[in-house]
Amino acid sequence: MTTLTINGKPINIDLPADTPLLWALRDFVGLTGTKFGCGIALCGACKVHLDGVPTLSCVTPISAAVGKNIVTIEAIGQDETGKKVQDAWMSLGVPQCGYCQSGQIMAATALLKQIPKPTDADIDKAMSGNICRCGTYCRIRAAIKQAAGITEVTV
Amino acid sequence: MKKSLNDSEVSTDSLNADDGSLQIANVSRRAFIKELALTGFVLVAGFPLLSRAEETAVSSGPQKYGADAMPHGWVDNPLVFVAIATDGTVTIICHRSEMGQGVRTSLPMVVADELEADWQRVHVEQALGDEVRYGNQDTDGSRSMRHFFMPMRRVGAAARSMLEAAAAAQWQVPVQEVTAKQHQIFHPASGRVLDYGQLAEAAAKLPVPDRETLHLKKQEDFRYIGKGQVGIYDGQDMVTGRAQYGIDTRLKDMFYAVIARPPVFGGKLLSYDANEALKVPGVIKVIELKSSPPPADYNPLGGIAVIARNTWAAIQGRNALKIEWEKGPHGSYDSVAYKAELEAAARKPGKVVRTEGDVDAALQSAVKRVEAEYYAPHLAQAPMEPPAATAQIIDGKCEVWACTQAPQVSRERVAKWLKLTEDNVTVHVTLLGGGFGRKSKPDYVIEAALLSQAMDGKQVKLTWTREDDLHHSYLHTVSVERLEAGLDLQGKPVAWLHRTVAPSISSTFGPDSKHQMPMELSMGVINVPFAIANLRIENPEAEAHTRIGWFRSVSNIPHAFAIQSFVAELAAAAGRDPKDYLLDLIGPPRRIDPRTLGDTWNQGESPVLYPVDTGRLRRVIETVTDAANWGSKLSKGRGLGLAAHYSFVTYVAVVVEVAVSEDGKLSIPRIDVAVDCGPQVNPERIRSQIEGACIMGVSLATLGEISFKDGAVMQDNFHAYQLTRMDDAPREIRVHLLPAAEFDTPLGGVGEPGVPPIAPALCNAIFAATGQRIRQLPIRDQLRKD
Repeated sequence: MTTLTINGKPINIDLPADTPLLWALRDFVGLTGTKFGCGIALCGACKVHLDGVPTLSCVTPISAAVGKNIVTIEAIGQDETGKKVQDAWMSLGVPQCGYCQSGQIMAATALLKQIPKPTDADIDKAMSGNICRCGTYCRIRAAIKQAAGITEVTV
Repeated sequence: MKKSLNDSEVSTDSLNADDGSLQIANVSRRAFIKELALTGFVLVAGFPLLSRAEETAVSSGPQKYGADAMPHGWVDNPLVFVAIATDGTVTIICHRSEMGQGVRTSLPMVVADELEADWQRVHVEQALGDEVRYGNQDTDGSRSMRHFFMPMRRVGAAARSMLEAAAAAQWQVPVQEVTAKQHQIFHPASGRVLDYGQLAEAAAKLPVPDRETLHLKKQEDFRYIGKGQVGIYDGQDMVTGRAQYGIDTRLKDMFYAVIARPPVFGGKLLSYDANEALKVPGVIKVIELKSSPPPADYNPLGGIAVIARNTWAAIQGRNALKIEWEKGPHGSYDSVAYKAELEAAARKPGKVVRTEGDVDAALQSAVKRVEAEYYAPHLAQAPMEPPAATAQIIDGKCEVWACTQAPQVSRERVAKWLKLTEDNVTVHVTLLGGGFGRKSKPDYVIEAALLSQAMDGKQVKLTWTREDDLHHSYLHTVSVERLEAGLDLQGKPVAWLHRTVAPSISSTFGPDSKHQMPMELSMGVINVPFAIANLRIENPEAEAHTRIGWFRSVSNIPHAFAIQSFVAELAAAAGRDPKDYLLDLIGPPRRIDPRTLGDTWNQGESPVLYPVDTGRLRRVIETVTDAANWGSKLSKGRGLGLAAHYSFVTYVAVVVEVAVSEDGKLSIPRIDVAVDCGPQVNPERIRSQIEGACIMGVSLATLGEISFKDGAVMQDNFHAYQLTRMDDAPREIRVHLLPAAEFDTPLGGVGEPGVPPIAPALCNAIFAATGQRIRQLPIRDQLRKD
């Protein structure tokens, strides 16, 4: 039995300690907002925050998440930055199919918490781990800038 | 008799963590609808459907076109699509699958506009797979809006008319004296007002008006149509993690499954040992699934399924299986060797599929001859949500939940495999985390149903891993296009010989004819609208060795890549500007009957309503080149490339700007794209679709390739099947939507036609920047200098 702190609540997880956090969240806890895309840390769809650090849950065993504050897409809106990012996503109509956007929002929120006014190079670096097959990258970039309150395009 | 629109309920336990708390709560939308049903509904199931045989608008003669020609055609009965609760909530059914194109916003928005419903009070419900009830549901071919704009307008107008009649009856005034506006009916003469909710029950008892009596809104009166200010219906759910995709289905006491399938298409299981797999904690059972004989159709591939308590245990169990496979007839499929085969076929005469004038004589007498071969590899759709489906069978009734582009086909196939009648199969359509054609093939839905059957009807969710998705897709074809032209003294082509060689999608559904279908040939090859006197198009044989299927924009990809690259090559050979050369080749504005080009398919549309309009093609080219400042002097290593392509009855032209560094690193500062898709219903979602098409086009052109060795796909995951990421994506995409000349111009497609011109425009830009001509996709490191 592993006890994890997920979105501020302690949850007992009855799964082997090496189970990836992704599947514990999705299958055991029922938080399906965190997505499966590749299973081997290539696409970013499964991104969550562990103590504020963007983390790929598909390769993070639950044993490595013990004692950490796990925040998923379902609760990121309670964070001021996370809410700003979600609002910017809505205001610019970022999602198409929407499937990768959980991970994109988690990545963008972590970026803005670390660098409140990111440059394009900062955005490239923070967001290139997240694949969007629908091709929403231009709007993602614009939404990050909107959430950051950046009006001038920085190069 | 009050019923939910879908006449069913779901007991999906959803976990609501909005407030950070974790609680199991039933927040299913269908449950919500059921509540509504109990409190008063307009809809009463059982009214006869309006006859669709009466519709003549898109017919010309006995041949059927458009939605009329699709299985189960269309339905415009408001009782099927609209329900109004006594609290005024308007529920609108969306019968097409949402996969990112915004159809769950755009189609209901059309109904809401004609209905004069307040969008804030509209609730959208997804239809079950049931085409007799809803009309065709195959969400592909860029046709949801094209085929259902008018039926959905009539649905809204008919429902509005019923509300007006109910109000007029209540007030005992002539119906002409009342008007509907934003969820209310007004009687201006007396100042009386009733909300839709107050009229719902009375309106429900009225007959559905005849189609001919409906008053459709005038264009200037539209509130939502053409405006683009309605947000994505599912957007808030998507950005908060609440959106439910196929892979997210959760049923009580559900099992989780993955399947080990034969690595080679047509292969079979020889033997297996499941002892180690069964020792994995959480693994419940291992089930053998039979392979199917060819053709592939939508049949499951067979293999060994692992059933477990969670997905991870199932995956671990699968890893522990020891399996011996027989490779079967395609065990030597090898992409390097196959490319050589295609090239050899392209260098010899093949089946003539269109001929004009005397190409051989014209080539002989030409001042200059230019020839080139273009290669485009297999592609996997790779939607970010891999295929997934959940099934249960209770009392001889099967229910499935699936991210499918083909709800009715899923229903038919599940019924067939389980030997049930269709009435006993219910298909719930979830959101799709991308589709791109992959989810038009419901093999994974059948697999889930078979696994539930093998588990005595218990709830089973089947998940495809990314490896499964790449190894067992219905791949985009692989092609060699060989073009040869003869130029006159002015550099103008007097002869055009195109040989297109590619395995056909038809091989997936029947004996391999080794030739492309009219549908595939009509995707830009046979219907090339160039004014050239001597022209011949040939289709040599190509044998399929894997499941070939639809990929967003289908055969338009290799065809546009070859033709639009070749035109730029001819311009270079003639020493002319590529834009001027392309416009000359297209010739003056004219409306060409596609049948005169040998195109009998025409995207399934009427050749009268949808001619090939070279004026519109010219206009997108002129628009995009103006916007991109075509002809401007660029710095070293930069270049502009142009391509234009007509597909899905929509005209698209693209200018890509590239920057190629000294060491050959490619970047794309900007793409301009001009689109003429006729009237624009939801311009905001059209823009997002075209932006996405640009990025998918860049992705396939620069990185996309599925290849085979010893019969099996070589790419396991995104490290090997690479997709464009943020840092390599075009930095800016400017979409230029051309207004329709007239509002009643027939609609064009939107989802797919943006993709085909991207690869050739990109390669033409690379040529302009570097002088290097790319004839083989993907570009990958062909520009590298080290």
